[in-house]
Amino acid sequence: MVVLDAAHGGDDPGAKLSDGQPEKAFTLALSVRLRSLLGARGMQVITTRESDATIDLNRRAEIANHANAQACLSLHASETGTGIHLFVSSLSPAPPREGVRFLAWRTAQSAWVTRSVALAGVLNSVLLHAGLSVTLGRTALPAVDSMACPAVAIEVAPESAAAGAPGEPPAAPLNDPAYQARVAEALAAAMLEWRADAGRMEATQP
Amino acid sequence: MISRFQTILFCVLLAISIAMGAVLWHLRDRAHQRLVAGEDSAPTSAPEVAPAEQATLLVANDADNSMLAQVQSLPLPQDPGARARAILGRLLDLYAAPKATHPVPGGAASVGQVFLMPTQADSQSTGPEMAVVNLTSAFAASHPSGVETETLTLLSICGTLHANLPRVTQVRFLVDGRTRSTLAGHADLTRTYLAAEADNTEGQHP
Repeated sequence: MVVLDAAHGGDDPGAKLSDGQPEKAFTLALSVRLRSLLGARGMQVITTRESDATIDLNRRAEIANHANAQACLSLHASETGTGIHLFVSSLSPAPPREGVRFLAWRTAQSAWVTRSVALAGVLNSVLLHAGLSVTLGRTALPAVDSMACPAVAIEVAPESAAAGAPGEPPAAPLNDPAYQARVAEALAAAMLEWRADAGRMEATQP
Repeated sequence: MISRFQTILFCVLLAISIAMGAVLWHLRDRAHQRLVAGEDSAPTSAPEVAPAEQATLLVANDADNSMLAQVQSLPLPQDPGARARAILGRLLDLYAAPKATHPVPGGAASVGQVFLMPTQADSQSTGPEMAVVNLTSAFAASHPSGVETETLTLLSICGTLHANLPRVTQVRFLVDGRTRSTLAGHADLTRTYLAAEADNTEGQHP
């Protein structure tokens, strides 16, 4: 089970991209494309929105937490920087405590940070293998911090120019359909890899 | 049957409650006005009569999601709050300059005030401190929207404060004296940032 959270929507347009398209439209298109790719590969997918609707940040985390998902991906887009930015919550990791049935809402992700870092590692590896440039970081996003699942915020930026050519125009802008397809295919491949890893871990556990 | 005495008492108490509410509302407005007015009267740059000192700025780079320490010489006042404000002003001036590695409009005037306070009520004057950075709404409104760019702005402010005022271990952000949910739609502004978080920001490793 994978949860896809297309960030923003409705009254919240998000960033304004260079072609005038709002971030909310880009993330929704990426979510729909990714859902199709994952569905075709036999993965169950839940999306936080299927249309241009305003969804509260708490509601997004609620959907993810009810799904008991193997992975939660929060999808974003920006004209700043290049390539794919992967962000894991900056909350300090807290091991799950035995007997504790409830997690603090605003810091629920702290029990999952270690798995989220592992998920970011798989995404990084597969995206790099697909020839995309990747940067990794930690951040504080309210929706992700409340998710009780391995969660990564993925921000898609224009593809970087050729190495050693600073100031050059991007190799592929955000509105390049071929670039969008490559990103979606790579993310789908990463989710399959993550599912296989999770299966291997379960098999090795007594 | 409610007695006449009880009716009068109830009316008097109700009138007092409403009057107290009105006075509190008025005082709150006056306090906010004073805070906003302080932005105009406070100096936006350190007085030139102050001796030039070296300050370490953690300058963000959008290209690789990194921060690089840069030592600059600038006149700094003795008061720690004004000193912090002058240093952050120089940092934001760098971001407002043409061809900045992390372009953000606004410059030094974007920092209203920096308040320093002990993190524990009974701590000594040499104990750890929390810095409360009051940014202007114009800065937040003009800040580019995106996970990476917003995170880098906040972490570079935290890191720069900690590098020059080592007692600052925690940082909170206000916009025009009020709490705000996010900087420009992504990075959480309601939480307390640990200054050490900025030390962990590298380009390629989470």
